[in-house]
Amino acid sequence: MIPGPGRVAVGMMTDPKRPIRFRFDGRTFRGLAGDTLASALLANGQQIAGRSLKYHRPRGILTCGPEEPCALVELAGKQGREPNRPATMVELYEGLEADSQNRWPTLHFDLLRTSELFARFLPAGFYYKTFMSPGRAWEYLYEPVLRRAAGLGRLRSSGKAPHLPAEILHDHLDVLIVGSGTAGLAAAQRLARRGLRIMVAEEDSVLGGGSLLDERWTLWRQAALRNLEALPTVRCLTRTAVIGAYGHGVFAALETLTGAESTRLAGLRERLRVIRSRSVIFATGAIERLVAFPGNDVPGVMLAGAALKYLRRYGVAAGRQPAFFLNSDEAYECVFAFAAAGIKHGTIIDVRAGSPAADRARALGYEVIHRGRVQAVLGRAYLRGLRVSAGENQPLRKLKADCLLISGGYTPAIALATQLGAEPRWRDDIAAFTAELSPALGQLAGAARGITGLAAGATDGESAARLVASQLGQEFGADPPATTLPADPETAALSPLWEVPGEGKSFVDLQNDVTCEDVRLAAREGYEHVEHMKRYTTHGMATDQGRIGGLLGSAVLAQARGLAVSEVGQPKARPFAQSVPFAALAGAEAGEHFKPKRRLPLHDWHESAGATFVNIGLWLRPLVYSQHPGWEPVLNEARAVRSSVGITDLSTLGKIDVQGPDAARFLDFVYANAFSNLRVGGARYGLMLREDGMLFDDGTTSRLANEHFLITTTTANSAAVLEHLEFQLQANWPQLDVQLTDVGDHWAQFAVAGPRSREVVSSVVTGLELSNAAFPFMSAAAARIADVAGRVFRISFSGELAYELSVPALHARTVWTALLAAGTPYSIVPYGLDALNTLRIEKGHVTGAELNGNTSADDLGMQRMLKKQGDYIGRSLAQRPGFYAPDRLQLVGVRPLDAQRRLRNGAQLLRPGARTGSLGYLTSVTAAAAFDGWVGLALLSAGRSRLGQRLVAASPTHAENVDVEVVSPHMYDPENLRVRA
Amino acid sequence: MLRINCPWCGVRDEAEFRYRGDASLARPEQSAPAAAFAAYVYERDNELGWHREWWLHVGGCRKLLKVTRHTLTHEIREVSG
Repeated sequence: MIPGPGRVAVGMMTDPKRPIRFRFDGRTFRGLAGDTLASALLANGQQIAGRSLKYHRPRGILTCGPEEPCALVELAGKQGREPNRPATMVELYEGLEADSQNRWPTLHFDLLRTSELFARFLPAGFYYKTFMSPGRAWEYLYEPVLRRAAGLGRLRSSGKAPHLPAEILHDHLDVLIVGSGTAGLAAAQRLARRGLRIMVAEEDSVLGGGSLLDERWTLWRQAALRNLEALPTVRCLTRTAVIGAYGHGVFAALETLTGAESTRLAGLRERLRVIRSRSVIFATGAIERLVAFPGNDVPGVMLAGAALKYLRRYGVAAGRQPAFFLNSDEAYECVFAFAAAGIKHGTIIDVRAGSPAADRARALGYEVIHRGRVQAVLGRAYLRGLRVSAGENQPLRKLKADCLLISGGYTPAIALATQLGAEPRWRDDIAAFTAELSPALGQLAGAARGITGLAAGATDGESAARLVASQLGQEFGADPPATTLPADPETAALSPLWEVPGEGKSFVDLQNDVTCEDVRLAAREGYEHVEHMKRYTTHGMATDQGRIGGLLGSAVLAQARGLAVSEVGQPKARPFAQSVPFAALAGAEAGEHFKPKRRLPLHDWHESAGATFVNIGLWLRPLVYSQHPGWEPVLNEARAVRSSVGITDLSTLGKIDVQGPDAARFLDFVYANAFSNLRVGGARYGLMLREDGMLFDDGTTSRLANEHFLITTTTANSAAVLEHLEFQLQANWPQLDVQLTDVGDHWAQFAVAGPRSREVVSSVVTGLELSNAAFPFMSAAAARIADVAGRVFRISFSGELAYELSVPALHARTVWTALLAAGTPYSIVPYGLDALNTLRIEKGHVTGAELNGNTSADDLGMQRMLKKQGDYIGRSLAQRPGFYAPDRLQLVGVRPLDAQRRLRNGAQLLRPGARTGSLGYLTSVTAAAAFDGWVGLALLSAGRSRLGQRLVAASPTHAENVDVEVVSPHMYDPENLRVRA
Repeated sequence: MLRINCPWCGVRDEAEFRYRGDASLARPEQSAPAAAFAAYVYERDNELGWHREWWLHVGGCRKLLKVTRHTLTHEIREVSG
């Protein structure tokens, strides 16, 4: 008899006529089509699959599903190597290459095992008490060593990351059914008959859940799937795990594609599904749990239900000399499966006194030790035997075995339900928590509700369906013809089994190497609450999320504290229920598509004119019309504006049309300065405050008619200002007769600026006299521009004589081209954002850099704009004494004493010779067009009283200290002669 | 993620709306002292329980809604325009 695991029968999923070759740790093996990597390794007698995280103990395959904590492998694929893939979930394909992790040099001879010799110094939380001194050792010793030793898998980049397709799909349902066991399929059939939109989400690759493991249910299952397939309103998805329940009927699910589907869809590997459902049935089943005893992690120890699955699905036996350590009749299905596969000898260690299943097992040829306990495991790299006790005052027996199948009970999978607020409820009969969900949200059904038995589950699924249907306002019709369900076998009660104390490590979490002793240590150190114990020990914090050891950890904690398990509880479950690749969450919105791009109406023109673009918010804006780096092209543009004329595209400005009998009154309320007294045809600079008195936004607002205004906002705040105005109107002023319309995208807007701008604009504008007398500074009027109906505003951001021309976006190119043509005699240049910034900084105009949310009107020297009469947003708190404190940061200009020195944004202003004691900082800096060298704006403590003072602009990150002089921010043409020309 | 039943547009995702704060507060009159404005701007009860609040449907009709939401469970029991 060859000891160890191997293929002993034909499995449901595997095809013996289709062998597959694969490599593991460099060795070639043979498996079958339908195998997982785990079942194929076991079929080949390979028991050991990896090394544990902390102690580097050899580990085998513990489960047959997504909750696998030990057999995490590194998979070689087209996208490079992927770490931490559970071998139980990797579907075998020809040429698959996988490697075990966390061992060096080999799996069987791992030098890092020596860490176990230091186990005494490595209990839970050891890193809180170590690596403290010397501090400098962190950089060259502790960190490099820890980084190499920590973690299981290695992230290896294969160079440039390939851009794989990703997809997020949205589903709208009446009922989401999570799980396709007997409860889920029964519920689906009942609900589907009512014409409701149903989705059954099954995380396994096949539908059927527990019914797949009992041959008597095959016909029922096949009939159920046929019924469901025939209905257009029902979808059954496999490989689709619901990973989060977010409330309001919103769920997220991760659907993994098969290799063939993936190839067909250009490499799409998984898709995220965002599900919006009116109700939900959690038929999520129950997860078998671990038992703690010394050596419960040795390769060869496996959950009984997993061994059952390996036999039925893959024809693979976990060993030929099995031993079983059980506490329930349900777990005996594993024994009967071994018997059916021809392995009719073995020992069952049952903690209970007797049961029908034990009798049946004995009749098949197994030895059953009642009131037995496994005291220890013999063997290190693989299981060789056990030491068991057989009841009170019985001597210990040594047993030979090559696998130990254990079951501590079944924990209802209620994580998703608790995310919706379902209260966990302790059930003594199953020694576990189930949950109760508010009926308005949905139902639990079957094993998730603590129901045992497939037939009982099906019945429970039906009643859950009835409750959900009634909640959705649909009554059930007559009951369908009764189908005889295969009867559930008679079972005796389960007896709680948590820990068998003894010498050696007993694990409660196999992925993070957390032992019972660690849990007790946490309690001793004061981390008594289960949430504290979890974080102190990291129990349940790995990718298995404590699915098989969670309740066990709580039980050990309860015992240490002298409490019942029901009083200790379990840590709160949160999304995601399993690992999700970032690529799946990002969907198609990655790289170029991470954010939408907003292009100007003239984008193509700017591009062909050689502009370098910058991404500001979502806009692509021309920074400078040159591909050369450096300040020269920028200053050329700016100087052209100051000396002759330039044109720039300001279409990104927010524009809000305000109309109605109460428009003026409304503007008086939202602006700190008055607008009701603005003449028709006038434009005025406006300040908006927040209700806390801070500056919110500025812009130019024009009065086009008595009841018609046009607000402009800064680009960055356009959406925020519109929302703010809409909120104020509807919340605080619903009685006003005002209409707001966002016209930001309707109008293209250009500034033509410079001493020659009037000539240029006059030659394309008709219907409007543009002399200084007829159209003075701060005027607004309708006109035809290049024979396009639009508007002309005489405002200036640059500090030169300037006009802003507004035309419908559709005509942008016509008008822009006409203006360029009109400007040719004056050598008109297009100028970009950099030049615009240079011009406005020289002029002392503020932008978001100065309206940073922490500045008041007084800080920026605009206190005289605040109106004295009438209420407005921010009025009350703008008067607070704190805003007038003498040392507040106030707007000033800054010029370096040496024209060769540059300034840096964010540089701190210090007294000469000081190393600390910042007095303020630079907010906007530029190489100047109108001056020699650089200029900047700054917020400086008591700035207005420091004009003429010499300070130092210090930027430690650039190692630069620049001597500067404090000047008025209005550096260029402070008398405003040029704008009024 | 909340799903809010806009009276004009139907049930929509939270992402379509902008939260605008406590709807049970009234802006003080102009004559009210600064302390009243400070309370209006800065002070909130932050109670566990039903909260009457503003949501602006920026991704849809742009109407301002009053929503009654439970601050612990996020259940919404009333939406009015």
